[in-house]
Amino acid sequence: MSDKASKDFHENIKDHLRPDGRKPDDFRPIKIEVGVIKRADGSAYVEFGKTRVVAAVYGPEPMHPRHLADPEKAVLICRYNMLPFSVEERKKPGPDRRSIEISKVVKDALSTVVVLEEFPKCMISVDMVVLEADAGTRVAALTAASLALADAGIPMREMISAIACGRANGQIVVDLTKEEEDAEDAVDVPVAMSSLTKRISLLQMDGDLTIEEFEAILDKASNSCVKIHAMQRDALLKKYKKEGEEVDIDDEY
Amino acid sequence: MTSTKLTVEYIKNLLEMGRRLDGRSLNEFREIKVKYGISKKAEGSAEVCVGNTRVVAGVKMEIGEPYPDTPNKGVLVTTAEFLAMAAPEFEPGLPGEDAIELARVVDRGIREGNAIDMEKLCIVEGEKVWVVFLDIFVLNHDGNLIDAAGMATMAALLDARMPKLTEDYEVDRSELTDPLPIRDIPIPITVRKHNEHLILDTTALEEEVLKGKFTVTTKINGNLCAMQLSDGMAMTKEEVLKAVRLARDTSSRIRENIFGDQLKRVKKQ
Repeated sequence: MSDKASKDFHENIKDHLRPDGRKPDDFRPIKIEVGVIKRADGSAYVEFGKTRVVAAVYGPEPMHPRHLADPEKAVLICRYNMLPFSVEERKKPGPDRRSIEISKVVKDALSTVVVLEEFPKCMISVDMVVLEADAGTRVAALTAASLALADAGIPMREMISAIACGRANGQIVVDLTKEEEDAEDAVDVPVAMSSLTKRISLLQMDGDLTIEEFEAILDKASNSCVKIHAMQRDALLKKYKKEGEEVDIDDEY
Repeated sequence: MTSTKLTVEYIKNLLEMGRRLDGRSLNEFREIKVKYGISKKAEGSAEVCVGNTRVVAGVKMEIGEPYPDTPNKGVLVTTAEFLAMAAPEFEPGLPGEDAIELARVVDRGIREGNAIDMEKLCIVEGEKVWVVFLDIFVLNHDGNLIDAAGMATMAALLDARMPKLTEDYEVDRSELTDPLPIRDIPIPITVRKHNEHLILDTTALEEEVLKGKFTVTTKINGNLCAMQLSDGMAMTKEEVLKAVRLARDTSSRIRENIFGDQLKRVKKQ
């Protein structure tokens, strides 16, 4: 490459780099671990950069209080909660309107894959705690919750993987940080997709997008969910694969 | 629960054939009626009926402090309540998760759709701004609450006039002045699904069969400003995009139908 071509190339790359040096499609460093809360029936830890979340599952166990039991299926109870020191300004402990809404959409997404009909009159509780927040906490929480349910041995038709995509500083990007979310033109679109049938079960958006931009974001999000799913599977294998065991994985539906 | 298994099966069979209990086609809305000024004490108010669904919304304005990150903008506070009178399954008490979700989805549509020019609501930068309270009440629940609530809220905002501000920054409600600075009319449209069929404006009975929902709010120019998929619906990417286009086209048609006059006023500004 000539000097000029090399210079142009690097300038061009630099133009498209994000505040933390990532390319549009790059995730932040992702760390996933299964079985982190020993007393729980299932648990998982998920880290997207500085966003760090723990999820734990208890159940199935008899529904309490009993009058809320569903005679046909288990009741899924999800609680998303941010620790007071997980954000810049101290957050008052306990649920607020935002966390009630997030708990609901996470529950709604998980209920599309968990085989609740298997456990009538029971409850399955999923607790998600945000230790540190740097955007994308609901998708990290949902990714962790799906793993914790699998770790608890609860039957699921497929896994759920989630990621936020969106627009920041004039380009469509994957896995936004808080800094990017605060950009003038920022739009954040959290998306969850199932691993086999590739169905979207969580989708939220607020901002201002053309349909074409939304389509591009949805494409990036679904490609990203496939990659997240591979990482979730590796984390499960790390805990459950016996030494020297061959595991044959068939991802085709 | 009011529907029997037989009714559920019947509704499903009809949908399979592209038909519905009340004879509508799958993407046909019930009649929408808008009534303005249902409470003269409010700065703005409206009632919207979509079939038997009946929602009222009111606007009250007070003076408050701006958020530190938006010192030159007014504040919007949206709440919603499903009144116990609206359906046998509703109970009195604090809003449940469905009411909270509805309020937040409607709020995001108004806020991100730039329905109100919030900078016009600044009185003293960093100190005093107008706070707009949007309160939504469901009086009768016969399905499609988010869409009805979104329309009622928009109608109340279009109806609203600002109270007079005295020289020492007190609110004088004896005299209402200019209309609220409305810049856009975002309308939420909720799409439900049965197998590959997309369905609009569901009744309460239909919603017992079609539990999942996908709400898309669009602006006058057709851009998307808020979306929410919930209640346990799983859609392929293609279905999502089809639903978004259906919602955008429907929103544009309904805006023209029920807010035709105001649309000209808003577009002029």
